Amino acid sequence: MFEIGLVHYLILAAVLFTIGIFGIFLNRKNVIIILMSIELMLLAVNINFVAFSSFLNDLSGQVFTMFILTVAAAEAAIGLAILVSFFRNKGSIAVEDISALKG
Amino acid sequence: MIGVLAFYAFAVVLIVSSLLVITARNPVHSVLFLILAFFNAAGLFVLLGAEFVAMILVIVYVGAVAVLFLFVVMMLDIDFSKLRNGAKQFAPLGGFVGLALLAELIMLYQVWPNPPPLLEPDVLDVDNTKALGNVLYTQYVFPFQVSGLILLVAMIGAIVLTLRTRGGVLRQRVGAQVERSEADSVEIQNVSVGTGVSNV
Repeated sequence: MFEIGLVHYLILAAVLFTIGIFGIFLNRKNVIIILMSIELMLLAVNINFVAFSSFLNDLSGQVFTMFILTVAAAEAAIGLAILVSFFRNKGSIAVEDISALKG
Repeated sequence: MIGVLAFYAFAVVLIVSSLLVITARNPVHSVLFLILAFFNAAGLFVLLGAEFVAMILVIVYVGAVAVLFLFVVMMLDIDFSKLRNGAKQFAPLGGFVGLALLAELIMLYQVWPNPPPLLEPDVLDVDNTKALGNVLYTQYVFPFQVSGLILLVAMIGAIVLTLRTRGGVLRQRVGAQVERSEADSVEIQNVSVGTGVSNV
């Protein structure tokens, strides 16, 4: 309890990841909040990577954290661009309206 | 002791603010709590000795991604309260899935051999930023270049997706102005007295 080990960080990341998943269920109509939940889940994964990197004395975890940050930034930019373009065409961002490919 | 207190403070604020991200009624508040969560995660990274990643997290996430979210939330003119109607019906299922996953992960960490075998320290005498640079530009140079390419593709994709050319906008066309010669802009007419220029 009074010494912070690897498992503390892992459980913190697990709680954060669970909050991200729960956020997707809770806000299943709002795409913006779903994207934010995905960012929270990626942050949890980053905490895992950095914790392992620090406790195992291996820098690869931090290098891969930076790659995850890159991919997350690209994903957020593309996702929000698709969202803006969808809103211009349909005037809504509700998930149930995104069904044009259903035929 | 101060490290333990700092860990619990950062962890509690991180969990609470991420809970508020998914439950806030106003999406602008969600984005602001997301920024708070990122700051606390950066604090945890500093506690772990990863200062460079912490600063990158603040710069990339708070400075770019969260501001992008804020920009989009404020730009789209949406009635967000309508999006929450009926959204609660899947909350019990989500809670069940989340609690099951959390229980699995915590049980896994309880039976997991702790501490794991320690590797030899990569570098001891240089600071975190220099050590990261040493491996990033030698061992990981190809993934590094690929991540730059991913960012380039994402940038072009975002521009192409959101660019639109509007019709009916008056613009100055410098080329057409410069190319215009005297021959096709001035015409000399011989107007006879009393008839005017209506027949031209």
